[in-house]
This record gives sequence, structure tokens and C-alpha cells, in this order.
Amino acid sequence: MSAPGSGGFWRRLVSLTRKEVRQLLRDRANLMMGIALPIVLILIFGYGLSLDVKNAPVAVVLDDASPVARDVVAGLSTPGYLAPRVVGSAHEAYALMRAREVDAAVLVPADFSRRLAAGDAQVQVLLQGADASRATMIRGYVAGALASWSQKRADRGEAPRPAAGQVQVVDRMWFNAANNSTWYLVPGLIVLIMTLVGAFLTALVMAREWERGTLESLFVTPVRPVEVLLAKIIPYFCVGLIGLALCLAAAAFLFHVPMYGSLLVLLFSAMLYLLVALGIGLVISSVTRNQFLASQVALIASFLPALMLSGFMFDLRNVPTAIRVIGQILPATYFMELIKSLFLAGNNWPLIARNCAILAAYAVVLLGVARLVTRKRLD
Amino acid sequence: MSEAAVVVARDVRKRFPAERGERETVALDGISLDAPAGALTALVGPDGAGKTTLLRLVAGLMKPEGSLRVLDVDVAADPQSVQNRISYMPQRFGLYEDLSVQENLDLYADLHGVSREQRRGRYARLLEMTDLGRFTARPAGKLSGGMKQKLGLACTLVRSPELLLLDEPTVGVDPLSRRELWQIVRQLVDDERLSVIVSTTYLDEAERCARVFVLHEGRLLAQGRPEDIRRPARGLCFVAPPPPGEPARLLQARLLDDTARIIDAVPQGGEVRVIRRQAERGETAQQPGDALAWRPVEARLEDGFMVLLRESQSEAGAAAPLPALRAQAASGEAIIEVRDLVRKFGDFVAVDRTSFTVKKGEIFGLLGPNGAGKTTTFRMLCGLLPASSGVLQVAGVDLRTAPARARRSVGYVSQRFALYGNLSVMENLTFFGSAYGLHGERLRARIGEVLAQFGLEAQANAASGRLPGGYRQRLAMAVALLHQPDILFLDEPTSGADALARREFWRRITTLAADGTTVVVTTHFMEEAEYCDRIVIQDAGRLLALGTPQQVRKQAGETDARRMNMEEAFIGIVERGRKRETAEAVA
Repeated sequence: MSAPGSGGFWRRLVSLTRKEVRQLLRDRANLMMGIALPIVLILIFGYGLSLDVKNAPVAVVLDDASPVARDVVAGLSTPGYLAPRVVGSAHEAYALMRAREVDAAVLVPADFSRRLAAGDAQVQVLLQGADASRATMIRGYVAGALASWSQKRADRGEAPRPAAGQVQVVDRMWFNAANNSTWYLVPGLIVLIMTLVGAFLTALVMAREWERGTLESLFVTPVRPVEVLLAKIIPYFCVGLIGLALCLAAAAFLFHVPMYGSLLVLLFSAMLYLLVALGIGLVISSVTRNQFLASQVALIASFLPALMLSGFMFDLRNVPTAIRVIGQILPATYFMELIKSLFLAGNNWPLIARNCAILAAYAVVLLGVARLVTRKRLD
Repeated sequence: MSEAAVVVARDVRKRFPAERGERETVALDGISLDAPAGALTALVGPDGAGKTTLLRLVAGLMKPEGSLRVLDVDVAADPQSVQNRISYMPQRFGLYEDLSVQENLDLYADLHGVSREQRRGRYARLLEMTDLGRFTARPAGKLSGGMKQKLGLACTLVRSPELLLLDEPTVGVDPLSRRELWQIVRQLVDDERLSVIVSTTYLDEAERCARVFVLHEGRLLAQGRPEDIRRPARGLCFVAPPPPGEPARLLQARLLDDTARIIDAVPQGGEVRVIRRQAERGETAQQPGDALAWRPVEARLEDGFMVLLRESQSEAGAAAPLPALRAQAASGEAIIEVRDLVRKFGDFVAVDRTSFTVKKGEIFGLLGPNGAGKTTTFRMLCGLLPASSGVLQVAGVDLRTAPARARRSVGYVSQRFALYGNLSVMENLTFFGSAYGLHGERLRARIGEVLAQFGLEAQANAASGRLPGGYRQRLAMAVALLHQPDILFLDEPTSGADALARREFWRRITTLAADGTTVVVTTHFMEEAEYCDRIVIQDAGRLLALGTPQQVRKQAGETDARRMNMEEAFIGIVERGRKRETAEAVA
């Protein structure tokens, strides 16, 4: 037997890691959470959840029966965006609005064609304001459709050209030209899955060891706390990378999300974030020492904030200051920002350097705290 | 400091800080002791005495106040160098249940740095001693309780430690496995001069140790060789048969209540064994109203322990009030009838063609090793598990056709006292009472009655999760008896309880039975079979013995020349049953 003390580190680490991998492979619940859940999340977020507005139903009320007014309906009909349907009266349109059967109502007044000829025609657009972001998008669609309709009329010579000096706005969505929400949901999903595996799953398996008393037996051996921690980190780091690979494959082959930035930078930053998440999970488990509590704390302190407050769903610039501050404390926010920019905008080196440094600092601090709170002591 | 001591404690204290409204607890209050090298040392004491805390301090898992040197190292300052040299088996050894027997052994061998060559010889020996050789590929989680304990012991013994710490290694383990565990430890002490410290609530185990330390409420009550602990009881122990036609437990209960003259009384071999108070020495059998044929017997370690405990307890204050004994109800009619009962789980036959009857007002014991089918039988009797085939009648109702109606006449106390820990005693009683269909005046009256019956009035508003173990058990019984069932089922009610708590428990059971309640109970403590009118012994699903404790001892081969205790009888019967089984399998 080698001298107890520094010797035997690798032997013990290999043995503990082997034990961890065996447990991981034999416990179906762990595999489900590590591999199956990411796949389910990818499919749900990729296919089930979409923030796009497609073929929004719009009621059109024509109080003006002229051919020009009818042509407006044709103009609104933009496949993929708006689906107009003509209704008999404003009342009917209001009823459809109340029943939420249409997202908007366009009212063409009786004097539309007369005023169009005079150059100051107006239409009224009513929107379902309950979902503000959807309403804003539909207003944009309607305005855009009407603008291109009048542009076409001018091109055909049916209307006077816009006066010289008048500015025409031609907007175009950058970094997500098709405004396809899958493109930014799938990169964000990588953050969620790494949080799930790193923090939640790891907190659970480590807390289980405290709870079942397996650590009590393990502690009265030459084993060092750092070996116990490393043996937990290594396999779950690999599981996290499998989750990452699944997400990247889904992004590339299933959802055709473009990848403008460097894949290597993405892998590097994902590994950094995985270490951060593992640190969170290990700290939580060593402090709670109880599976139920650990899972609750991990959910509330890591997974839910990563979902709600990291900029995955909501842009952090649009939320109240207090929430923005919380969001800016979360390591997930920095990884989220980085990964979305890598996917959709390309290599923004100052951002990459800054966010990687922040993530590395978090990883060092959290793993250091995990080492400090995991002591071979029961009191 | 003595040369040959592996553990030297001087004024060791351990306090746990106050937490959430509870007071600071003093687990150890100034312990000084020397544990000898190359020998077995026992720590005995009731629940909460501080045995586990002391072992954890020795293992370097907690920080003590005072001076504690283990293997000549200050363990508080350098726990790792102690942990490199010792082995420790906690109360519940942390086996990895997903890993096989072999993988668990390998893990600990790796951690202790046992070389390949050393391993070969060591494994062969450990597997032979523990009889686990056939199960090396089986996941540890699929082993029986006794086998798990043996594997835990094997894991701590992958190399010869300089000191082995065992924390209640035989709790919840049947007598056969218990004997095997002790054989392993004994052998190692004899062959390798291993130093072992073992904590236990089984006092017969302490009898085999070179040195015994008696702990009580964090203090050292006594120490010495087993005969030193026995000494205070010497000359105070007597045995007498009960009056004809009366079960031994009734006499025992009356004597136990006579605290002015009697320190302790237990039923034993159909007779009653007592320890008298010191003042009574010399007056012996000539007590008025006691025309019993008392004969003096040799004091055991347990007797000395009881004398010590009762002495320290009388200062501590009054024990819980116990109900008075009334005349025993007439019995004779069968209240539970079991015929050819079978329960299969897939191909596995958990209970195999078992038949017995329980009479009204009887105390009926179910005994058997781990995995014998006790619990399965028990669950079927309570209507918690349907039988595969056979007849099962409880209180005149067929459990297979009307389980709900049968359940109404049944009270059930599970092993883990199913109470709501954050509800008060009163709230628990009210909730369970209404669950049994009691309400209004009747519920209030019954709650008042059971509170008085179990001496819980003072605790009525305490959160039940904060009650000490003995009180929780009383509450669990009070809950089970709210609806005044004819039959009370108790699943290992005394598992993990100390001698004092067990005496009190059985005293209550005796009263209940005397009032006409039928009691069916499972237990691992074989001497508790003496409280039963009749017992069955099961093994591998088969009924091996049925009858009064005396009949069962006879069946095991007891003669007037060779008296047996229940444990010897039990081991004899189970071993003979297993031999017959293998003989049949070969034939």
C-alpha cells in the first residue's frame, strides 16, 4: 500500500469516477433526466413553441364598396403573414374580436376611395392588445401590406408617386432575417439543458449521497473531498456535453439554424458554463444535504431563472430594473447572450472575451465554494 | 496515557447548537475513557445516550470539545490521518445499491489502496466468512437486510484496519445473521488482534466484549469488564414460575409495577425473572402475598445494566404512568383464521401454504429471519395486500371478499409510525379519528381516553415529530386504538428501541390483551416471544413452528437437562428447516 496522504489520488479518483458512471448508467431516472429530457425539450421548444405570428386572421369591414376598396383586401392578403376575411359590418368584426377569432380588424370607411383620390385616405386598425408583442407584429404586417399596396398602385400609375423628399422606410430584420423564433429559441435551449444537467441533476445525485449516508462510510477512508467532487464533476460534465451535442445537431439538421460564429468558441464557452452549473449544483447539494430540498433549490435558483430571467424568453432591456439586476447576476445571462450572438451574429470578439472571462470567474468561485462546503464532517 | 489504548478520551463533550426553537442538545457531557487495543470494546446505553456521536467523534466526522486521541493522533486536529488507518461502519452502512456486491468491495479496496495480490486472498476470506460468494454479481440493493449488513462489514474489512468502529451493526438483523456477523468479528479479533469498538442495544453482545462502557444521557454511567457491570445485580436476580394457569407476562407486569421492591422483571422460559431492590436482600421469597417459589440465578450483564439505569432514572423523574391491570378476558373463540394462505410475487413464493388461528385476547407473535415472509403475511392479515389463494378470515369477515369491513375491526401500527410530524399530538388524533369515521362528542371522548391511557395529556399540543421515540410509539398506538378495534397489528414495534422503552411497550401490550384486545406482533427480539401466548416461526415463506413459546422450545429440542432461550430455539428451528429444505431439494 502506498503511503497514505498525497499518494493514491489518481487511483481513488478513477475508482470513484467509475462508480459514478456505473450508477449513472444503471439508474434509469438519471439517464432520463440527462439524455431523454433534453431531447424532449428540443422537440417541444423547436416544434411546439414558436413566438412567430403566421397567417394571422384579420377581419376586414368594407363600408366603401368601390373596386379600389376591394383591392385593399387583396393587398392585405399576404400569404404567410395575414389572412384577411371580409365581414359584413363593424359589429360583426367586434364580435369576432371579442371571441378572439381574429387578431385584428381593419375598417375601411365609406369615404375611403374619395379621400384616396384626394391623397389622405385612412383606415382604422383594431388590435388584440392582450398579447402586446403579437399586436405590435400584426400592426407592422398591416402597415407593411398597405404600404406595399399603395406602392404598387403608384407603380401601375393608378396613384401619384410619393412627393419628392418623402422618406420611405424599408425595414429589414437583421440576424434573423426571416424573424424565425426557432432560431433564437434553440440556441437558448442549450443554456437550459446545460443548467438542467449541470445544476439540477448534479445537485440531486450528490444530495442523494448525503441523504443515504453513503458519504458517511466513504469519508472514513483515505478519500479527500476534492476527489469526491471531481468524481461527480467528470461524468456529469460528459453528460452535459452530450446534451450540447444533441442541441447542436438539432439546431443544424432539424431546425437549420444558421451558425455565423465559431463553433470552437461556442464549445469552449459551453464548457465554461457547464463548470459553472456543476459548481452551483454541488454547492446546493452540500448545503442542503437532502434530495427534495436540493431539487427545489436547484429549480428555483438555477433552472427557472435561466428560463425566465436570462434573456431566453424576454429581452432583459425591457424588464423592470430590479429584474434586470437579478438577470445580470445570473451566469446564465452571459452564456445566453454569448451563444445567441455566436449563432445568429457571428464572432463579436469583445463580447466573447468579456463573457468568457465572466463565466470563468463564476466557475472558479462556485467550484471553490463547493470545495469549501464539502467537508468530511457531519456537524 | 496507557500504552495499549487505541482511543483515549479525556472530558470529551459534544454540543449541538440550538436549532429552530429547540434547545441546545448536549450529546456527550464529559466522557473520559480508554479503549484497549487488540480487543472488543462495547458501548451500550439507551437511545440518545450518545453512542453514535462518540463513534463519529472517534471517526473524525465531528469536532469534539476536550481531548480525544485515536491511535495516538489528535483526531480533531488531523482527522484524515486517523481516517486513513481506521474502518467505520455507520448504523446504516452506505452501500451503493446500484452497484453489485463485487463492485462495492472493489470501490472500498481501491479507496484503501489494497493491491491486487492482497485482494485475492482477502476477498476469498471475506466472501467465505460472509457467505456472499454466491451473490457477487447481485446489486447490493437486492440483498436482504442481514446480507446488506454483512456486505457493509466486508467493505470495512477489505484491509485490516488498526481500529474498527461498528455502530449498532445488528439493528434490524435477525438472530441468524446476527450470530454470523459476530462470528466474523470474533474471528478477526482472535486471528489478527483487531481492535474493535462496537455500539449495541443488545446486551448479550456486550457480554462477549473485553470492555464495556455504559452511556446514559451523554455521561459514562459505568465501565469495566462485563463482570464489573454485572456486579451491582449480583445476588438480586431470581426466577419463579407464575401461578398455574396464568401467563408469565401477567405476573411480570404486576412485579414490574411494584417499583418499590422490584427493579426489573421479564418473562423468561415460561417463568418470570426479577431483579430485586437492594433493601430486599435476605428477605428473598418470604414476601407477603408472594407464595412463589423464587430461586436465585446468576446475574447477567443486562441485569447490571438495568440496575444502573433504574438508579440513574429515579433521579431523572417519574416514568410514564402505566395503566392498571384488570382481569384477563375469557378467550377461546378464534378471531383470525388463516388456512393454506399463499402469496406469490411472479414466480417467487413469499408465503407458502400457511395455516394458523389466533384466539380472541391472545398475544400472537410472528417470528422469522429477514425475508422469511413475516411482513407479507402481516400485510395480508391487515388487508393491505391481497392473498394469491387460501382462506383469510379476520373478526368473522372474509378478507378476500370484504376487506373494508374487516379493516374496521383492525388497528395497525407500521414500523415507521405513520404520523404527521408537523401536526400536534391532538391534531394527529383528530385527523386519524375522523379518518376512522369518528366525530363530535364520541371522537372527543375517545381522544380523551387514549390520551389518558397512553400518558400523553401533557404532550397534547406538542408537534409529534419533535417527540422522543418512545412517545411517538405511544401516539402511534393511541391512533391505532382510537376506533376501539378488536385486533391490533404491530409491525416490529420495538426495532431499534432500548431495553427500557421495550419494557414499557410490553407492559402496555399486556394491559391491552388483558382487556380483551387481540394483539398480533412481529419482532426481531427473540426474548420478546416470551410475552406472547403463541408464536409462529417462518422461514422462506414456510411455517416451521407454531405453538406456545414452551412448545416451540420443545420442538427445538429443549429438555429439562438442556434449557434453551428463545434465540437458541429460533436458530435451531430455522437451521433444521433449512437443512430439510436442502435435503428435499437434493432428493
